[in-house]
Amino acid sequence: MKYYAKTLCENGTIAVDDTILVKGAETAAGSRMLEGFEPLFSAEAVTRLEEKGYKISGKTNVGEFGLDLVGEFSYYGDGELKSAAAELVKSGEVQAALGVDMNGATRRGAALSGVDFLKPTYGTVSRYGVVSCAASGEQLGVYAKNADGVAKVMSVIAGHDDKDGTSLPEKQYEYSVTVPVSGKKVCIIKELAEKADADVLAKLTAFADALKASGVSVEEISCDLFELANTAWEILMCAETCNNVSRYDGVKFGHRAEKYRNIDELYVNSRTEGFNFLTKAVILYGSDVLSKNRYKDCYDKSLRVRRVVAEGIEKILAEYDAILLPATSKAQYEAYDIKEAFGKVFEESVFTAVANLIGIPALSACGVQLMGKQFDESLLLSLAHSVERKGE
Amino acid sequence: MNMKYEIVIGLETHVELSTESKIFCSCGGHSASNEPNDCVCPACSGMPGMLPVMNKRVVELAVTAGLMLNCNINRYTTFDKKNYYYPDLPCAYQITQLNHPICTDGLVSLKTSQGARDIRIKQIHMEEDAGKLVHGGNYSYVDFNRTSVPLIEIVTQPDFRSAEEVVTYLNKLKAMFRSGGISECEEGAMRCDVNISVRPEGSTEFGVRTEIKNMSSFDAIEKAIQYESQRHIDALEYELEELVQETRRFDDASGKTFAMRNKETEADYRYFPDANLMPIVISDEWLEQIKANKPEEVDEKARLYREAGISDKEIDMLIGNNKISKLLDDVVDAGCNAKDAAAWILTDCAGILRKDGKSLAELEITAEQLSYVIKMVDAGNINRGAGKKILIAVVEQGVDPEAYCKEQGFDAKVDTAMIESVIDKVLDQSAQAVEDFKNGKTKAAQAIFGACMRELKGAGDVAIIKEILDKKLNER
Repeated sequence: MKYYAKTLCENGTIAVDDTILVKGAETAAGSRMLEGFEPLFSAEAVTRLEEKGYKISGKTNVGEFGLDLVGEFSYYGDGELKSAAAELVKSGEVQAALGVDMNGATRRGAALSGVDFLKPTYGTVSRYGVVSCAASGEQLGVYAKNADGVAKVMSVIAGHDDKDGTSLPEKQYEYSVTVPVSGKKVCIIKELAEKADADVLAKLTAFADALKASGVSVEEISCDLFELANTAWEILMCAETCNNVSRYDGVKFGHRAEKYRNIDELYVNSRTEGFNFLTKAVILYGSDVLSKNRYKDCYDKSLRVRRVVAEGIEKILAEYDAILLPATSKAQYEAYDIKEAFGKVFEESVFTAVANLIGIPALSACGVQLMGKQFDESLLLSLAHSVERKGE
Repeated sequence: MNMKYEIVIGLETHVELSTESKIFCSCGGHSASNEPNDCVCPACSGMPGMLPVMNKRVVELAVTAGLMLNCNINRYTTFDKKNYYYPDLPCAYQITQLNHPICTDGLVSLKTSQGARDIRIKQIHMEEDAGKLVHGGNYSYVDFNRTSVPLIEIVTQPDFRSAEEVVTYLNKLKAMFRSGGISECEEGAMRCDVNISVRPEGSTEFGVRTEIKNMSSFDAIEKAIQYESQRHIDALEYELEELVQETRRFDDASGKTFAMRNKETEADYRYFPDANLMPIVISDEWLEQIKANKPEEVDEKARLYREAGISDKEIDMLIGNNKISKLLDDVVDAGCNAKDAAAWILTDCAGILRKDGKSLAELEITAEQLSYVIKMVDAGNINRGAGKKILIAVVEQGVDPEAYCKEQGFDAKVDTAMIESVIDKVLDQSAQAVEDFKNGKTKAAQAIFGACMRELKGAGDVAIIKEILDKKLNER
């Protein structure tokens, strides 16, 4: 598999996905549109790791702007239905990798490769230096072989950053895998378990059984908020992405069409050539939901749905310590045409979207997923750790 | 035919705020930059990875402006993105405020030749400026120095009824914002969109509205309103053209307005909340702090000046210039008469500067220097002409007035005996002129007076010198 869009340091221990800036290293976010773009500064998370002596091994391939399932539609990749960062971590070549979770591609990638990825609570890790698409729900997170590895890197990168207006005030966060899990209560969402194929379901059952063996109670509950959350996030995410990628217009940097006769043609030709089909679909969808005629019924309603979902999930998490759910519908994706991508991605994101929509932490581990209360990452990591330890 | 029409105008005024840095990044010195793109960072040029971080000073200045315009200060205020493509807009969206502007529902009272009028302020919101395009040869160039420069936009209700009212309002805003340290309101730092319609007098319905975009000279605004309102009236009177809701531009050279785009082709800006900027909450403490730092109300200051006998024209000049009004206040504090001191500054100092091609804003004189000169004249030690001579030396060469007086011999003790002895001396030397005077040539007295003044070298009060001279001439 083609892991890297650009390699930087042979004995580096941390890989960084190509939607995160590293000073001087070409960063294209998997898109032709940003071909040759060299950032003038590094992402805050990268800087914090480098200050602690970590070396960045290189920029791993991502799907264009992280919009696809797991990275299959990168302009620079080889089209494999695997996450380059997750596979690299699995191979053991690096200790961990940084990724941006906007619509679950990172969590799906980790699940398919059998490694961990944590999307932390919104606002705990600086988004400074992230090629931003959906500001209200994207978070920078960590891939590692296991929960312990995630906790180590997270403890370095999390904490307030003045350069990000959405960064929470807490100076530092500590992450551990040592929270006692015995006596904790976890629920499985019936509707989502039903969407999973036999392989994923087997992983979910095995994970639940392992938890039970550690003294965790696991119950199945019914909840229809995930479909609702997925639709709301689809609308908000596409709208925000449409807006944020509008700066890639061929005027200042990145790809510019060779042929144009005026400014309108410069815009249209550069963007037509620079973006892939999926990005264009997201732009059109996002543009539509923001238009005057649709705003109230789509965008504005989604903002209200966000509140309703947050309250509903809060109720569940008042009763249970964590939610156990699939991260993907399948344990392995098959190749498909990019023209089907928009539908496929937003069908699959039913498992992941709620965490982006309302900002709660979500951990992909052992091929399944845990979600918890805000700032409860250590509990999620400890639950996963208790299962991972048994597997060793 | 010959129906009477009423002109209805609403204004949107963009004012550049006097802050050290841009609204969402730390780039500074944009107003002093000469080279294109020398005041630009990854944030204000739209590079990926940069996030906007709110400049607190912008909020404070916007709140101060709101307080001056009697607005409600909204304690919860948010930013929205306005989407449109233009090469001078690096992100292809402008960060502005739509749903929760910082100030709403204000009021400004005007006095014009048509009487008094209250103008309601709909809202004040904060936003970032766009860059600039420079066209040359086969290329267009983009200069981002101005992108993200902080602006406030002040939106009025359609309460103006004449161009005079509009210009009076703009002058008032300018004076307020200068004195309040909100904006220097230099050329181009204040830009207006004018919404205009006409209706038969007495009607309560609004006519078809057109908007004239982006004018910065008050002169142009006045002309544009006159032209456009007449166009509307003509359209209604003679039915030569149908008025449509549209955006127009004013062409200074021809003095006419031209259509830019109409309602059908108007862009959908797809406004939506900016998720990168958290809502700003203005606490009681913060608001009190801003109120405490707010400079004295312009109206209050104007009232005090008026009571001191300063003319309205002079008050306008003073209110519009914070530095000059402070100089006056300090000179008055040093014990000088306000009306007199205002004349020294606005007539004498301004005249000296004008001669050198400078404006009053460039005046370099301290309150101590100016009050020394004024007091010398008031005490009768020197006459006003000599005072002015000293003033020129102070303003042009920055000399110390006290030392200069000594050097020029203005410091001698001046009393009646001294003046009398000088006059006696002159009369003795001007026997022929005295003779002519006695023979009825009144002009001869003038020559003698001139000689006395020359001899006195500016010492003494002119009226007293004249009185003594008259007495002595008649005695001879």
